[in-house]
Amino acid sequence: MKSSATVLAAVAGSLLMGGVAVAQEKKVIAVSIPAADHGWTAGVVYHANAAAEEIKAAFPNIEVIVKTSPSASAQVSAIEDIAAGRGMDALVILPHSSEELTSPVKQIKDNGTFITVVDRGLTDPTIQDLYLAGDNIAVGHTTAKFLVDKLGGKGNLVVLRGIPTVIDDERIKGFEDGIKGTDLKILDIQYANWNSDDAFKVMQDFLAKYPQIDAVWANDDDMLLGVLEAMKQSGRTEIKYALGGNGMKEIIEKVMAGDPVTPIETPYPPSMIKTAIYMTAAQFNGQAPIRGTVKLDAPLITQENAKEYYFPESPF
Amino acid sequence: MTNASETTLARPARPGFRIDLRTAAPFIALAVLLVFGALLNPNFVSAANLINVLTRCAFIAIIAVGATFVIAAGGLDLSVGSMAAFIAGSMILVMNSMGSEASVGVIALSMVIALGIGAACGLANGLVTTVGRIEPFIVTLGTMGIFRALVIWLAEGGSIAMKDQELRAVYRPVYFGTVAGIPIPVLVFLAVAAVAAFILYKTRFGRHVLAVGSNEDVARYSGIPVGRVRTLTYVVQGVCVAIAVLVYVPRLGAATPTTGLLWELQAITAVVIGGTALRGGTGRVWGTLCGALILEVVGNIMVLSDLVSEYLIGAVQGAIIIIAMLVQRSMMRRA
Repeated sequence: MKSSATVLAAVAGSLLMGGVAVAQEKKVIAVSIPAADHGWTAGVVYHANAAAEEIKAAFPNIEVIVKTSPSASAQVSAIEDIAAGRGMDALVILPHSSEELTSPVKQIKDNGTFITVVDRGLTDPTIQDLYLAGDNIAVGHTTAKFLVDKLGGKGNLVVLRGIPTVIDDERIKGFEDGIKGTDLKILDIQYANWNSDDAFKVMQDFLAKYPQIDAVWANDDDMLLGVLEAMKQSGRTEIKYALGGNGMKEIIEKVMAGDPVTPIETPYPPSMIKTAIYMTAAQFNGQAPIRGTVKLDAPLITQENAKEYYFPESPF
Repeated sequence: MTNASETTLARPARPGFRIDLRTAAPFIALAVLLVFGALLNPNFVSAANLINVLTRCAFIAIIAVGATFVIAAGGLDLSVGSMAAFIAGSMILVMNSMGSEASVGVIALSMVIALGIGAACGLANGLVTTVGRIEPFIVTLGTMGIFRALVIWLAEGGSIAMKDQELRAVYRPVYFGTVAGIPIPVLVFLAVAAVAAFILYKTRFGRHVLAVGSNEDVARYSGIPVGRVRTLTYVVQGVCVAIAVLVYVPRLGAATPTTGLLWELQAITAVVIGGTALRGGTGRVWGTLCGALILEVVGNIMVLSDLVSEYLIGAVQGAIIIIAMLVQRSMMRRA
């Protein structure tokens, strides 16, 4: 047994050496992301593919492979397959779930692969070389600050939240902290599952329940679409602002057009995957050390800077 | 409410002028809920709110009328929510591809295509179930995944929206418009229910549906083409889903991968609350309509009242549905 294992190891070792010799010519970056199953992940897939094309064109010595996976277990198989097949010099991963992906990614790291984690962290942060994420608390906080400013710190708000998750909790927490100490009052807050149909119903009910609403915040743009239809149907004119969050292109278009009810937007951009791929590629081209943690802010998108966040070709 | 049109093949109603409690139970449950809602918040009984609720329940009501046929014949269709999303997505793509002319003709043609897709989807469910002799639960669980994946594929994971704003403006009144003060979706579901009640209670096909659901072997020995009847119930279901989509698309003008999520469970719940047994053999079209309304009213009351925290709404909704069923059962025993 032992001798055959040694032989195998020797063979594998020599193969690996050969592989490394070839790979020095061309560096491989594997990108592993969830398959598109709703607007935001569809945006991630779009931006990952766009980044792959752009980097291949700009740097002939870098190869980018994008793999999408519909579930956490499929994602584990996908990265193991790439590692076992052609190998990789860097892995950029947006994990389906932190728990299930942590140890498979650690194994790949142990082979000397550079690990970039995006958006959702692994349970062991020592595995990552680079971590890049958006700021969900800022999504709520930036929106709240805008409303405090524009409504003069006084008024009645209603809020639609998504699905009970950390993302949702953080956005709501950021918003509540943002209006703390002012006379802005949240009349009501309900779950609408990040779904436009559910948001339409909840907004109709809010309108029936409260005779005077100054502003409505839906913590995601899909829900905002339903909210806007319900407002349009009711014919109510006292609502000064209806705001969303995430950076869906239909809403960015409204901001660009100077819509009076939706004049701003706060991003949690799917393009963060692109930022991460570019940063990872930088070290293979120029000598640009990039280890660390990057937090993309959620700045206010206004008519002036909306172009920066507008991707007309993206599905999101 | 007379009981003449609500009788079942298995258990004909006794003659006379007594109100059939079995049939009336869901309507009584709805009446109790309405009183409860009015006591909690006076806004609940405002005309605007009641019209909103009535209009919103149209999709589930229309789909559930189709489900009444499938369930009455002893089948089950879990694919209706995904099917609705798929038909909505396809219909919008058809409209987007028909050029820039915003006219009633474009919409009418798209509607016909949507109905055709619905019938085809239903036919597929029916044929696989009857010709392939597979449990409908498994078949429609499979097509549920297929239709959902197709809409995600068509949308590339994002949303499919009507591009032409003028066309949207032409189509919009189909959800938001009214005729003589009654919202169009309400008229549509009343018409669908009336036609469905006629088919189920007054035609030979309707009697065959109930016979097949009541006892398949007896029906077969009586010369009823069991497979064909079963298949046709799925086609009826598919057409009903398509009709619901015709009213759904003008509301938001878009279909997304989350469109119609869990509608199948709501439709089945509406059918059962309405008094149709899941084991088949009975079908109560008007009861189903009432069941769909009860589901929507419960959700509306939850948001309008301040009694329940947003975290517990699901639990209270579930409890109300179970209590409504228990009340119904106890009335049936007395009947």
